[in-house]
Amino acid sequence: MEFKVPTMAELMAAGEEPEILFWVGCAGSYDERAQKITRDICKILHHVGLKYAVLGTEESCTGDPAKRAGNEFLFQMQAMTNIEVLNAYNIKKIVTGCPHCFNTIKNEYPGLGGTYEVIHHSQLIQDLINEGKLKAEGGESFKGKKITYHDPCYLGRGNGVYEAPRKALEVLDAQLVEMKRCKANGLCCGAGGAQMFKEPEKGNKDVNIERIEEALATEPQFIAAGCPFCMTMLNDGVKLKDKEQEVKVLDIAEITARANGL
Amino acid sequence: MVIAGSALFAHNARKVIRNIKLGKAANRSDRPQERWMTMLKVAFGQTKMAVRPVPFLLHLVVYLGFVIINLEVLEIVIDGVFGTHRIFADLGGFYSFLIGSFELLAAGVWLACAIFLIRRNLLKLKRFSGVEMKSWPKSDANYILITEILLMSAFLLMNAADAKLQALGVAHYQQAGAFPVSGLLQGLLPDSIDTLIFMERFCWWFHIVGIFGFLNYLPYSKHFHIMLAFPNTYFSNLKPKGEFTNMDSVTNEVKAMLDPSFVPAETAPGKFGAKDIQDLTWVNLLNAYTCTECGRCTSVCPANMTGKLLSPRKIMMDTRDRMEEVGKNIDKHGADHQDGKSLLDDYITREEIWACTSCNACTEACPVNIDPLGIIVELRRYAVMEESVAPASINAMLGNVENNGAPWKYSPADRFNWAEGN
Repeated sequence: MEFKVPTMAELMAAGEEPEILFWVGCAGSYDERAQKITRDICKILHHVGLKYAVLGTEESCTGDPAKRAGNEFLFQMQAMTNIEVLNAYNIKKIVTGCPHCFNTIKNEYPGLGGTYEVIHHSQLIQDLINEGKLKAEGGESFKGKKITYHDPCYLGRGNGVYEAPRKALEVLDAQLVEMKRCKANGLCCGAGGAQMFKEPEKGNKDVNIERIEEALATEPQFIAAGCPFCMTMLNDGVKLKDKEQEVKVLDIAEITARANGL
Repeated sequence: MVIAGSALFAHNARKVIRNIKLGKAANRSDRPQERWMTMLKVAFGQTKMAVRPVPFLLHLVVYLGFVIINLEVLEIVIDGVFGTHRIFADLGGFYSFLIGSFELLAAGVWLACAIFLIRRNLLKLKRFSGVEMKSWPKSDANYILITEILLMSAFLLMNAADAKLQALGVAHYQQAGAFPVSGLLQGLLPDSIDTLIFMERFCWWFHIVGIFGFLNYLPYSKHFHIMLAFPNTYFSNLKPKGEFTNMDSVTNEVKAMLDPSFVPAETAPGKFGAKDIQDLTWVNLLNAYTCTECGRCTSVCPANMTGKLLSPRKIMMDTRDRMEEVGKNIDKHGADHQDGKSLLDDYITREEIWACTSCNACTEACPVNIDPLGIIVELRRYAVMEESVAPASINAMLGNVENNGAPWKYSPADRFNWAEGN
């Protein structure tokens, strides 16, 4: 990276507070593919000059996969430990790189003593576009390119965020095509509810294959994602269908960063 | 008969309410204004049905027919009790308008039900098949449709005979009403006044007995949704769909663990999660009675459409069947009877609950806001927290979260390494 990503600890030591905390999430921290998305979100934050920070090694799993798998103990242990850290830093606003972290911190932390304004990175991008701070210029042109957007369940149905990621794509002047099942009727990638961490049950097809077939039916050049788990599932699907050359799966943040030459 | 029919229904309805009350407490009395609006829109206004236009229109005809034609039942009952004939005939033109509308609707209901029967039995739509749609659930649907067709036929034939008697100037059958549909049937009827009177009387009795019979069929049938859809939508989940409940009992224990000086207000040791229907909330149980087995949930379930065992509709039907079984046990053997069975394993298998992606497609698709996911989560909670039984890979993931603060086996010290990359 061409710049240093600031941590909360450093800001606090300097007696400063950020406008927004970037919650990276486990996938964004460890998964190689998702790390790229993480860095692109930082590049966007840096580019627009928003004062932000990350927790770095002080961040820990939100507890989402434990909760969806039924282990409420582990979830609340994780949640309360994280809330202690967040409250100690006097955090007010959080942007997450993952819809699962977004849902958990936004909806399930308040009842345990952690109340923050929480947005998903696609909402941040939409806000920045609306404020005129972010455009689609100086980078790769997506003009006329065919893009289809896959709604992550925990962003779409889970929290009703359908427009922000689409707004972020609209500025590209690209050709947006919707899959047959989209928005409230969107089809899961197959990874939610802790499925990411286990083999699927016996069946006649994998969910991500069902989804990728629908995505490919729109004949896109890009499939846009907003979730690191969807990213993994969609990428696997594209590979299995041997379409890696024709179709690229990119996160909203990556597309935005590319369009701005970041 | 009216009294007996109503009393029997009240008796059965009380049992249903008792069964629903077997569930644990859940607070759904907040935001009353929003709740009334949800009920008006979703149940009364049928907004969520519109996603599928063909069944929406057909269902709308039956729904309107049911609600509106039942106005006529009021007159039928009064006529029966006081021996009058079309007591509201004095309304004149408006009365003719009413009877005419009822007839058109009745014909619509008749046609819609016939199409529904064709969709189920001849077209064999995928939505109406599946492992859970064998035997009773399958015949239940057909009984309902056939009954509705018979009731509407009786209603129209009664009017036809009545209209012919009126035309013939038979005493007691004074002129009243308009008969746009049954007028067409008149030609098919015999000319004998006695036969016509018999037909009119027979259909009148058939219709009224049929309605009270149908009323008492409801508590045994999926058709109960015509009543329960209203309370069910009123008490529906108003929170974001992605949000799962935080378990207070766990909060107390975790707080005590993190802070030894913390003393929880009250401790009522109970099970974590649900093994049987008593461990679910009354909202889950009301959901189960409300389900009319339309299968919209199952048809959009990613697990089900890719051949997995999970079917959200089956989750609701199993919950209801188990609840009925527990209710019968209470009737026969008293409240504390244990039959050694439970919802988990005897009805719903582990394979089903672990196939769920918690994507909320089922809750979104349900036209009356039923929440199968809520039940699946409670069953998972029981399996994981009470029994420590989960797929090996899930246990590995949980171990990683506990030890490394991430679902994968990476060191927390490496968490910020991404910033080194490019």
